[in-house]
Amino acid sequence: MSDIRVRGFAGGIDSPNPFWLASAPPANTGEQVMRAFDAGWGGAVWKTIGEPVANVSSRYSAMDWQGLRIAGFNNIELISDRTIEDNLREMAQVKRRYPYHAVIASLMVASNREAWHEIVARAEDAGADGLELNFGCPHGMSERGMGSAVGQVPEYTEMITAWVKEKARTPVLVKLTPNITDIRTVARAARRGGADGLSAINTINSITGIDLDTFVPRPNVDGKSSHGGYCGPAVKPIALNLVQQVASDPESVLPLSGIGGIETWRDAAEFILLGCGTVQVCTAVMHYGYRIVEDMAEGLESWMRSKGFGKIDDFRGLSLDRITEWKHLNLNYKIVAHIDESKCIGCDLCHIACWDGAHQCIHLDRVTGPVNGHVELHSTPSQNEARTRSSITVTPVSRKERAEASSPHGPYMTPIERIPRVDETECVGCNLCSLVCPVDQCISMVRVDTGARAETWDERTHSAECTEPQRS
Amino acid sequence: MTVATLPDDPQLRERFSELKPPLTPQAATIEANRCLYCFDAPCTSACPTHIDVPGFIKRIASGNLRGSALRILDANILGGSCSRACPVDVLCEGACVLHKQGRHPIRIAQLQRHAVDAFHDVKGDVPTAPRDSRHLRVACIGAGPASLACAAELCRQGARATVVERRPLPGGLNTYGVAEYKLRAAESLREIEMIRRMGVEFRFGAGIESAEDLRELEAEFDFIFLGIGLGAMEQLNIPGAESEGVINALELIARYKTGQLRELAGTVVVVGAGNTAIDAANAARRLGAETVYLLYRRGESDIPAFDFEYEHSKVEGVQFLWHRQPTAIRTDAHGVLLLDTVQVRDVAGSLVPIPDSKFTISCHLVVPAIGQSPIGDLMRDYSKIEVRNGLIATDRATGQTTNTRYFAGGDCTNGGREVVDAVADGKRSALAMLKIAEALYV
Repeated sequence: MSDIRVRGFAGGIDSPNPFWLASAPPANTGEQVMRAFDAGWGGAVWKTIGEPVANVSSRYSAMDWQGLRIAGFNNIELISDRTIEDNLREMAQVKRRYPYHAVIASLMVASNREAWHEIVARAEDAGADGLELNFGCPHGMSERGMGSAVGQVPEYTEMITAWVKEKARTPVLVKLTPNITDIRTVARAARRGGADGLSAINTINSITGIDLDTFVPRPNVDGKSSHGGYCGPAVKPIALNLVQQVASDPESVLPLSGIGGIETWRDAAEFILLGCGTVQVCTAVMHYGYRIVEDMAEGLESWMRSKGFGKIDDFRGLSLDRITEWKHLNLNYKIVAHIDESKCIGCDLCHIACWDGAHQCIHLDRVTGPVNGHVELHSTPSQNEARTRSSITVTPVSRKERAEASSPHGPYMTPIERIPRVDETECVGCNLCSLVCPVDQCISMVRVDTGARAETWDERTHSAECTEPQRS
Repeated sequence: MTVATLPDDPQLRERFSELKPPLTPQAATIEANRCLYCFDAPCTSACPTHIDVPGFIKRIASGNLRGSALRILDANILGGSCSRACPVDVLCEGACVLHKQGRHPIRIAQLQRHAVDAFHDVKGDVPTAPRDSRHLRVACIGAGPASLACAAELCRQGARATVVERRPLPGGLNTYGVAEYKLRAAESLREIEMIRRMGVEFRFGAGIESAEDLRELEAEFDFIFLGIGLGAMEQLNIPGAESEGVINALELIARYKTGQLRELAGTVVVVGAGNTAIDAANAARRLGAETVYLLYRRGESDIPAFDFEYEHSKVEGVQFLWHRQPTAIRTDAHGVLLLDTVQVRDVAGSLVPIPDSKFTISCHLVVPAIGQSPIGDLMRDYSKIEVRNGLIATDRATGQTTNTRYFAGGDCTNGGREVVDAVADGKRSALAMLKIAEALYV
């Protein structure tokens, strides 16, 4: 068994696994958090505690994609609408019953030192294993000078983090907002303020969509809407990018709790490969319930075992040095698309994608039977289509006709005319065809030896500068 | 004047409840989203009318239902009835590339029905060019799918078309001949009412029986399209073939669909094993016959019916008697039919009776379903149209006959295929006529 326990995260937080509930509705009450721990969650960041708020209805909206629900999720809900007393009493109960799980108090109070000192002390007295400062909430609270209003100004972030650190005995995490030009400016500020760790990312400002009958954006609150916070599977690439920026910046880097579209162990593994020590999940739980953690824990452990990783730190951050600036990429690395004829189903999406969206090098010009000479018909997609539309087709009605219609047409399951051909001399190796192909492993990108040694843009322009005078 | 409709018959509706109920809007969206949106899609190639299947499915997925229906009707004006009557297993859905991935093909027919039904539900109209913007008048003989498609295309492009039909209702087999659990007569008529609104004129009860009839049409119209289908169903060539209680399959289907036959009982024997035989046998079961035999002179692996039709008939409770032929039909003293049959075997291509295998079935109805006879001689004799093996010979790409003023399509040229083939023929002829007319008026 590989060990998926977390030990000493951000200077002292332990949990049975790296899967924490993010500060959100699934971690709203003690009863919920206890059920989550029973289901297998390793930790929970409590729904942000502060002076109770009034909420609106409705609060959530989603971006569905091609009939699939919640590719992206959006909320305009504020922090906890329950009293600080209720929240902290329940937190204490949870901590008594689950001493080995991580309970983190997410906090947000008015921007003055006394208020922060007070809430820090109360949360730690309740038994919180750590504190997460909510400087990221992008809606509602920010209008009152809290949440992302703090997280968007490095000076405020540094100042409040420092206030908290004056008082805190447990690790302090600062939750970063992505709604800023360069997330590193705030990460650096948090670090200067003394933060022990960072949580990234909070939700992204969004309008998920507009009702085309009422013209009211979603979610609709009595005929009006407000910008909300976007999360869910759709934001993962953005979150990964921001996590990488922070993790790769020497002035920012701190223990990281990764957040943003995590739904499976695969997502979690990716965040850890970019340096995260724990991950936080909300939308997937809101969609499917706490039970999703079972596969997350099993899957991560199983993958780690298959890769020979004994513990999480064995692979944490492994992908960071695989990300570089564009100018350091090898310009002489060449790949071309290769279509596996035995797997091709003849949808020809690669052909049209390459013609209309890439470099016009995937053709429908294969012919059956012997070919005399060079075949490069290169008919355009519309010519190909016109040929089909003007052909005469009849229903195969007799047994004989039906048998002929369904018989194989050659060596492959798809007629050779419908299996596209890649012109490898023109192929730029962009990947597009392999991305649109609906069949696993049908189109692979194959390396071609160019004979040239590796050379980056940096190197090429540098050597050009050197040779320029000689040429002129 | 609108196209006549049939009164709603709840008993018929209940007994012939739809084999494939319509998709709910959400199910349609989900199914539409499964479509890969293939380029130059095989489903479109496989369709005789080359409906842009991925194109109309994409429109369903986006909620552009009217656009979806117009995309379908642009290729196939009878898209509604085709979505119900087409043997899609051997057409679009059979060609779906998902088969090759081991996945269920896209339910193209169900999606097509979803879009076209929504269009007809709101009495949608297909945009047409102004009437007489093309100087062409065409008579279409027979109001079946071939003629309807031809006439609709002509009117869509601004020409005039008149459909001449001997029966009281239009639609041909679409109205009178497709199993009611697939395509209701009322649905067929609703579709034709849309075609009428496109400007197609109809003359009902007008059979073309004589040279004089044809001469009159020739005087009135530039071209004549023959969408006359096949002749009457073949009779059994045995003693007693014309007994009371012998009713051919198409007649049986037409009678129940128009409310003239509402109930059956006892035993029914259908002779033949084509798709029409299966339709008649299933209908007999649904009309109340306790026992329905389907008698076929060859074996199970030889039946001309589509595999899915055969499988379905077993579910309907039809029983099959293989390698058996009728020899005579008698009537007993109580008016019960006695169908004498004999077991046969194939000896070098001909069927030879097996001695001592006679077997008499007492039954209430004998339903021959052994094909339709070739068309009559009128066209050949008067119009000098070449007829080969009882079928009108045409140029494949245009449907033009050896008499250049005559075009033909559908069953009378192909010997009996599907609705969609007839639609493709009719439309091709319309386009050819328009092209000729254009050349003449330039």
